[in-house]
Amino acid sequence: MFRKLSIVAFAAALAAAPLPVLAQSKKDSVVMAMTLEPPGLDPTNAAAAAIAEVTLYNVYETLTKINEDGSVSPLLAESWTASSDLKTYTFKLRKGVKFHNGEPFDSAAVKFSFERNAAATSTNKDKSLFQAFEKVEAPDADTVVITVKYSEPNLPFLLGQASSSIVEPKSAATNVTQPVGTGPYQLGAWAKGSSITLNKWADYRNASAIKLSKVTIRFISDPAAQAAALLSNDVDAFPRIATRVVAQFKSDPRFTVLIGGSRAKTIVAINHRKKPLDDVRVRRAILAAIDRKALIDGAVEGFGTPIGSFYTPGSPGYVDTTGINPYDPEKAKKLLAEAGVTTPLELSLKLPPPPYARQGGEIVAAQLAKVGIVAKIENVEWAQWLSQVFGPTGPHNFDLTVVSHVEPFDLVKITEPDYYLGYNNDAFNALYKQIVSTPDEASRAKLLGDAQRMLATDAVSAYLFQPQWPTVTNKKLKGVWKEVPQFENDFSTWYWE
Amino acid sequence: MSVFVLRRLLTLLATLVGASLIIFLVLDALPGNAAQMLMGADASPDAVRALTAKLGLDQPLAVRYLQWVKGLLIGDLGNSYVYGTPVAGLIAERLVLTIPLAIMSMAITVTLALSAGIYTAANHNKLGDVGVMSLTQVGIALPNFWFAILLVLLFAVRLQWLSAGGFAGWEDGVWPGVKSLLLPAVSLAVVQAAILARVTRSAVLEVLREDFVRTARAKGLGKREVLWSHVLRNAMIPVMTVMGLQFANLLAGTIVIENVFYLPGLGRLIFQSIANRDLIVVRNCVMLLATMVVIVNFVVDVLYALIDPRIKVHDL
Repeated sequence: MFRKLSIVAFAAALAAAPLPVLAQSKKDSVVMAMTLEPPGLDPTNAAAAAIAEVTLYNVYETLTKINEDGSVSPLLAESWTASSDLKTYTFKLRKGVKFHNGEPFDSAAVKFSFERNAAATSTNKDKSLFQAFEKVEAPDADTVVITVKYSEPNLPFLLGQASSSIVEPKSAATNVTQPVGTGPYQLGAWAKGSSITLNKWADYRNASAIKLSKVTIRFISDPAAQAAALLSNDVDAFPRIATRVVAQFKSDPRFTVLIGGSRAKTIVAINHRKKPLDDVRVRRAILAAIDRKALIDGAVEGFGTPIGSFYTPGSPGYVDTTGINPYDPEKAKKLLAEAGVTTPLELSLKLPPPPYARQGGEIVAAQLAKVGIVAKIENVEWAQWLSQVFGPTGPHNFDLTVVSHVEPFDLVKITEPDYYLGYNNDAFNALYKQIVSTPDEASRAKLLGDAQRMLATDAVSAYLFQPQWPTVTNKKLKGVWKEVPQFENDFSTWYWE
Repeated sequence: MSVFVLRRLLTLLATLVGASLIIFLVLDALPGNAAQMLMGADASPDAVRALTAKLGLDQPLAVRYLQWVKGLLIGDLGNSYVYGTPVAGLIAERLVLTIPLAIMSMAITVTLALSAGIYTAANHNKLGDVGVMSLTQVGIALPNFWFAILLVLLFAVRLQWLSAGGFAGWEDGVWPGVKSLLLPAVSLAVVQAAILARVTRSAVLEVLREDFVRTARAKGLGKREVLWSHVLRNAMIPVMTVMGLQFANLLAGTIVIENVFYLPGLGRLIFQSIANRDLIVVRNCVMLLATMVVIVNFVVDVLYALIDPRIKVHDL
């Protein structure tokens, strides 16, 4: 008994003591870890972010590349021009590019890829974007002309996303298990449930600039195991690691901690289809009851920036709307009384599995309780959440739910009639139409500001925060992106010091 | 014997048919489907519908059940909704880890438990007995994932003798594989060994009180001889029963330890597949486990008869 106890004490003492930096000899390979395993490796037929995190810019390439700062630069397209109404884009393609299987990359492959994404049987996450292409033309092998049914100022950005990956016609059907792209890496091995190995492709057009010859990606979901894997040197880099283990790495000289912004928006979604939530005063009361700062500290260990609408700091046309419905519990009580709501008001609060939702939801419930709203917490799995709360054909069976929307530029969702929020405001829909049909950047930014203010004033959802994504890497590993405007890990920039 | 085997086979078949029905119906009642999970929150509804049709999830219940059973009979388990690869291959990849891990931790369990159990029974109420039994109390009380984290902190983070997790596979030889399973096997074995040691001790003590033991001692046999050649054999029946249960548990119930060591075992495959609504994988895994449990029980039954010839197979 005593011996056992002393061993435990010994282990605890050892674990607490910092360890000297170990010399490492590895130069051209990296072990990265991520939380979830991708379900297949074709980003054009499934939505999981994990697919993009493995494949985007590594195995597959896109016409454009979204950079660390959110700007767009040429990748498979060397240049592009847009018509003045921002409906027609002409892309000049890079010449001499080949796919992993030796087939040439040309305008036919681009046309094939985009038309495949728009097909009736397509399961592309951004199918609606590709279906909005009036036509994709290939006048010659190096030119692609895309005509969109409406003005789309963000087209170059959208075509840099994983769902716009360019695939090769003959191999497209088997990309799920044997991905073929034009990128610097090829799939080496996939041990399901354990790891994926990417090997550098020797025939890449710019092979000499790619420093890592092998990248192994492991899947570790348990936060304690994530920390242990880094501490034991089993893993060199962990992008988007669980926020609650980050603190211990900040003071450890063996590691670099990168804190990046995201385009994600964590919100308490409010179901406008339910009474009394259709009353703007009740929704404003919910917002006034929530202390965003306390919530960010409690739910995500401070890794978040408060937001006031469905738009993130750093995006074009962003305005700070956090002051429109500030934290004010007294005002919340008054608003509820004005709306004629008898307290305690009972509302269901459905929480999907991630810690931000489960921990955040408990804080939300505690804060709402102070103004007389009793939020009954119900923990749900993602599958349940998608079918009961979110699904466009589903029953929208919820009052409140906590969720993070990770897509950049997804204001359009709010205008969709079947969207789970049930906002359906003609004024907002008209404003959105005006935004997408305004080619001039400055006037568009102004309209975007109006849209954000309208969402905040109408208290469409209780907008909480823009999550920050922490990445922990070995100190000697350089070139890892700090900012991540979308889900990706660009291994072409990584190198050992 | 042949009647016994036939009867057993029929029961086994009926059990499996019943199990398949229950498994299928229960899983079908789960809200949400694979297509929705695969497409995620930001996908267009049209894309979700297209995938639902592609996966055949829009077919009626009975059709899907019969398709599955037909597949089972001809040995075609179908393709995973999520990975798009054959389910049989996915399960085989996991068994390469799960079965060796179960055998390793069972070996550690049995070694620890039998030596502790026999030692304490032979030294009943002496200091050694009290000491070892207190240790087993601690062992039972220890949450195995917590003990696992301690092992990781000591051997992986601090000493860096072993890796913190992951499975090396068997391609590079036996040792790297065994090495990566060492800590998980020990963490799984500790709690099980504590329980099994207590079962062994009380079983041995009970047999020690039997008349035939006194007779054997009166005949002049030494304590040691009585213990090893007469008592143990008789005490093994309850021990075997618990061992059978523990082994079955090691095949499917190790999800927590698999998470701590991020091992691609069968438990995690089932867990992830449920979360992803990859029900075709879940169904087949659970079916496989049901079959394995039935087989383990059968083996234990046969071992009873081997240990104690008084038990005849027709009694079972």
